[in-house]
Amino acid sequence: MSTRLSKGGRLIDRAKPLAFTFNGKPMRGFAGDTLASALLGGGQVMVGRSFKYHRPRGIVASGAEEPNALVGLGRNARFEPDQRTTTTELFEGAETTSQNHWPSLDFDIGEINNTFYKFLPAGFYYKTFMAPRAAWKHLFEPIIRKSAGLGGVPKEADPDRYEQVYAHCDVLVVGGGVAGLAAALKEGRAGKRVWLIEQTPNWGGRTPVDGGQIDGHDAQNWIDSALVELSSMENVTMRTRLMAAGLHDHGYVIGYENLADTTPGDGRPRHRLWRIRAGHTITATGAIERPLAFAGNDVPGVMLASAVRDYIVNWAVSPGDRTVLVTNNDDAYRTALAILDAGLTVSAVVDAREETHGALAEAVKARGVRVLEGRGIAKVLGRKGVSGVEICAQAGEGGAVEMIDCDCVAMSGGWSPVVHLWSHCGGKLTWDDARAMFRPDPNRPPTGADGTGMATVVGAANGDLTLSEAMGGLGIGAASEEEAPLAPVWMMPAGAPDALRFKSFLDYQNDVKVSDVQLAAREGYESVEHTKRYTTLGMATDQGKLSNINGLAILSDALGQPIPATGTTTFRPPYTPISLGAVTAEAKGELFQPLRRTPIQSWHEAKGAHWEPVGHWRRPYCYPKSGESHRDAVNREITNTRKNVGMLDASTLGKIVVKGPDAGKFLDMLYTNMMSTLPVGKCRYGLMCNENGFLMDDGVVARLDEDTWLCHTTSGGADHIHGWMEDWLQCEWWDWKVYTTNLTEQYAQIAVVGPKSRELLERLGGMDVSKETLPFMKWTEGKLGTFDARIFRISFSGELSYEIAVPASQGLALWKALMAEGEALGVMPYGTEALHVMRAEKGFIMIGDETDGTVIPQDLGLNWALSKKKTDYLGKRAQERSHMTDPNRWKLVGLETLDGSVIPDGSHAPADGFNDNGQRNTQGRVTSTYYSPTIGKGIAMGLVLNGPDRMGEVIEFTGEGEEMVKARIVDPVFYDKDGEKQNV
Amino acid sequence: MLTLTCPCCGVIAEETEFAPGGEAHLKRFGPGSSDDEFEGYLFARKNPKGVHFERWRHAYGCGKWFLAARDTNTLEVFATYKAQTTEPPADVIAKIKAKRPDWEGYK
Repeated sequence: MSTRLSKGGRLIDRAKPLAFTFNGKPMRGFAGDTLASALLGGGQVMVGRSFKYHRPRGIVASGAEEPNALVGLGRNARFEPDQRTTTTELFEGAETTSQNHWPSLDFDIGEINNTFYKFLPAGFYYKTFMAPRAAWKHLFEPIIRKSAGLGGVPKEADPDRYEQVYAHCDVLVVGGGVAGLAAALKEGRAGKRVWLIEQTPNWGGRTPVDGGQIDGHDAQNWIDSALVELSSMENVTMRTRLMAAGLHDHGYVIGYENLADTTPGDGRPRHRLWRIRAGHTITATGAIERPLAFAGNDVPGVMLASAVRDYIVNWAVSPGDRTVLVTNNDDAYRTALAILDAGLTVSAVVDAREETHGALAEAVKARGVRVLEGRGIAKVLGRKGVSGVEICAQAGEGGAVEMIDCDCVAMSGGWSPVVHLWSHCGGKLTWDDARAMFRPDPNRPPTGADGTGMATVVGAANGDLTLSEAMGGLGIGAASEEEAPLAPVWMMPAGAPDALRFKSFLDYQNDVKVSDVQLAAREGYESVEHTKRYTTLGMATDQGKLSNINGLAILSDALGQPIPATGTTTFRPPYTPISLGAVTAEAKGELFQPLRRTPIQSWHEAKGAHWEPVGHWRRPYCYPKSGESHRDAVNREITNTRKNVGMLDASTLGKIVVKGPDAGKFLDMLYTNMMSTLPVGKCRYGLMCNENGFLMDDGVVARLDEDTWLCHTTSGGADHIHGWMEDWLQCEWWDWKVYTTNLTEQYAQIAVVGPKSRELLERLGGMDVSKETLPFMKWTEGKLGTFDARIFRISFSGELSYEIAVPASQGLALWKALMAEGEALGVMPYGTEALHVMRAEKGFIMIGDETDGTVIPQDLGLNWALSKKKTDYLGKRAQERSHMTDPNRWKLVGLETLDGSVIPDGSHAPADGFNDNGQRNTQGRVTSTYYSPTIGKGIAMGLVLNGPDRMGEVIEFTGEGEEMVKARIVDPVFYDKDGEKQNV
Repeated sequence: MLTLTCPCCGVIAEETEFAPGGEAHLKRFGPGSSDDEFEGYLFARKNPKGVHFERWRHAYGCGKWFLAARDTNTLEVFATYKAQTTEPPADVIAKIKAKRPDWEGYK
C-alpha cells in the first residue's frame, strides 16, 4: 500500500498541510502536492474505473501523460470532470470524486463488462448492434451512452472568468527543464527577446530527480544559478504553469496558462490563453516513458518506473513497500536506487535483456537486489491492487517460473521524445532503431513565412535522452551514468498467448489492448490512422501520449513491416486539454460581438422599444405601449403614419460619399442606371449588381456637387458596398480619380413621414420645405430650427416624406425637438416592421426579402432602372447569359389572399407533377407577406412563373398546416398606385 | 494563422486582420465578350499546390487591397505587392524562381 514517507520530498512543504476530500472521505496532503501525490500519500491506490471494462485503475504516471487518474473536481457550477490528478495542484478544500462507476468505486455493476470482454472487441459497435434497426435507437444506444464516457458535466453556467493575451518574442523556449533553461540562457545572453515557458509549477524538469552533474556543478545548483541569471535578464520572460498547446503556421503558438485553479472563486481569471508570435520556437519538451505490455499492466499499483521515483523524491510518497521493477533499459535502475535510498524494498528487478552490465545495473546489484535477466512478467496478480507477479522467460510464452510477492510494479519500456509541437506544423520524424523511438528529423523542420525552419528541438525531446547528451547538444558539459542499450520490448513475454494479450493494455484510457490492435490488423486495417479510429487507440483525452508507440509497434508486427513503414498518427493540438472557458474568454454575452448604436438609441431604449437585429445594429421593431401586442403596435404605427405623421430612426442607412473627377463614370459602372447625368440637387434610386448579375444592394443617390455623390445603401450592406467600391477602384480602375468614404456613423438620419410631415418641419422653421422649393426627389441644405440639416424628399412609404440628416452629435436633440413639436400633430415613432409593411403596401422591394443572391433586377420588374444607353455596368454581361434571359424565370407579382388571411412566410406555390428528385414541382414562392392595416387584409409579394402574364389568376400556396391558401395574382402596388400621396 | 506584410502601410499583421479575396491577376470580361471568356472570368480559378497569387485586403488596417505570392503547400510567402498591376512584378517572379527552380512560371 502507498504511504507518505516521514522525511524527504523536495516539492512539498510539510509546514503547510492541506485538507481535501476523495469521494467524501477527508484526506490530507501538503502544499506542493499534486492531487495524485496526495492521494497516494493517503494510501489511495485505486482512483477510478476504466472506460469500457470498468476495471479498477490507479495512478500510472506523474505528469501530463497520465491516462487513468482522472477525477471530478469541485461541485455545482465549479464542478469539472476529467481533471488529471498528476498535473492538478492540491489546494485547501479540494473536493474530488472518482469517475465511471456505479454505485461506488469499490463495487461497480459495470465491471461485468470485464467478464464479457470477449464480446466487446475493437469495433464492437459495428459488429454487435446491427439488427434489428430500432433496437439501436431504443435499446443499445441509451445503454452504451450511459455506460460509456468519463465523468459528468456541470449543469450550471461557468461562474469563472478567463482571458486571452497576445505576446511577441524572438525566441520561444518551451519546457523549463535543464535543456530549456540552457537554451534560454544562450538566447538571452545573445540579447534576444526570449520567452521561457514551463507547464508545471517547477523549473528543472526531471533532472533533480534523476541526478547528474552540469558544468561541473551538482544539477540542482546549476539549475538554481541558471534561474538567477535568467531572472536578471530584462529581455527574458519566464512563466510557469503555461503549457504550449500547439505550434501553428508562421510561428503562432497557443499557450494555456493556469492562474487560479487552486483558488476557486477568488475573482482572478482562472485560465489565460496566450497567442504567442514567436520568431523561432525551441522545444525542450522532454520525453515520456513507455509502459510495457504485459497481462495486468493496468492493475492499480503498476506504475511507470519514472513515476515511482518521482513520487518518492519529489513528494516523499512511497507507491508501495515491496516493488518489482520490470525494464528493458538501464534508466529504470535509477528507480531501484531511489526506492533503496528511501529505505524501501526492491523485491526484484526483472530485465527483459539477456545480460545487464551497465553502471546503474551494477550499482543496484551491488546493493543486494536480485536482478532477473532475460525475464519478463507473465501476469500481475491482484484486482484492486497488486499482490504479486508471475515471472516468465521474456522469450517464451508466459509459463511461470516464479511468483514474487509485491504491492507495486515499476515498469519501463524505454522513452519516447515529446515531438508534438515539432509535428503540429509539419516537422517530420525519423525512426531511431537503436533507441526504438521516433525523433525529430533536423533536415525536415516545420517551416515559417520565409520558408526556413521555424523550430528546433533540444534535450530529451530531440532524442538526447541522457543528461550528458542533452547538455552536450547545447555545448554544456554534463556527466551522468553511462547507459547500456535498451532492447525493444513491445509485448511481454514475446510469445504471449491470447489469454495474456487480452489483458495487456496499450491505451489505458480507452481500454485498448494488444489483442484489439492485432484484431484490427487481421481485419484489414493496415493504415495506422484507420486502426486508430477502429480501435480508438490514442483517441482519449491523453491522445496516446503513453503508449501510441507501443500500439504502432504491435500493428507493425502484425502487418509484418518495420515501425517506420507504419508511421505515426497525426499529432494534433492541444498538447493537453484546454478549457473551453479559455477558448471563449471574454468573447461572450455582450462582448461576443460589438453592438452598433445610433445617436438616438437611448431614446428608443427609454421608450421600451422591441428590438430587431440588423447587421451589427439593433433597430426598434416597434414601440409597444403598455398592454399592447407587437402586432397591434405595428398596426397603430402604420395607421398613424399614413394618417398623421410618423418618425423613423434611419441613422443605420449606409451613407457613402463618392467624390472626384471620375466619380460619375465610376458610379455608372457600379449602378445599373445612369448616375453621371443626375443633376446637382436631385436624388435618384439606383440598383447595384454583382458580376454574376444578381441584385446586391439598392438605395437613393444624391448628387451633392459637380464631382460629389452621396450613395445611400441598405443598413446591413454599407460596409460591404464600401469595400466593393474600394475593390474596383484599387484593383481594376486604379487610374480613375475617385475617392470614397463611408460616413454612415457621421450622420444621424430621421425619416419624418406622413401627410403632416411638412407641417412638422415648418414648425421647426428656418428652411423652406414647400413643394415648390423642395419637390419630390430633391434635396436641400440649411438650418432646420437650430440644426445643421440636409433634407431629402424621398419616400419609402408612399407618403409625403422627408429624410433629415444632421451631424451625429445633433441627432438625439433633433429627434427630441421633432417629437416635442409634433405632439400636437399626433407624431409617433415607428419601427422597422411598420417600415416593412408600408413599403410592401407600395410594392417596393427589400434587399434580402425579394432578393436572395439569385434574383436579377429583371425578375423584379425593375427594367426601368437598367440603363439601355450604357455599354457596360457591373452585372450587365452576366444578365445576357442564357439562363438570365430565359422567359420562364420567376417574376415579381403581388398576391392577395381570397379569404384575407396572411400567407405564411416562406410559402411555396406547388405545381403539377414531380421533379427528378421526387419532390413536388413548384411555380412560385412568397418573398414578403404581411397583414396590411391600410388595406385591411393580408398582402404579399412573390416570385411566380410567368407571374406578370397571369394577373387575376388564383393559385395555391402552402399554408401553416395541410390547408392550402388561395391567392390572386395582382399588381404588387397595393396602395396609392399613381403615387399621388408622396408627391404632394 | 498566417502573417502577412501589407505593402501599402508596411504593417506585419495576423491573418485575422486581413480579408482574403481569391485569385489575383484576373482579367475582367464585360459586355461583348464570348460565353467562354466570360465563364472563365467568372468561374474558372486556379487551385495549385504550390506557387499561387492571391488578393488580400488589409480590412482591419489601412483598408487597402494588395497581392501576395504564396506557396499554398508550405505556406511560405514569397512577396506581397501592390494591387495596381496586371501581372506579378519581375522582382517577385525572380524571387520565386530563385526559391522554386522547378516552378513552371506565371501563366
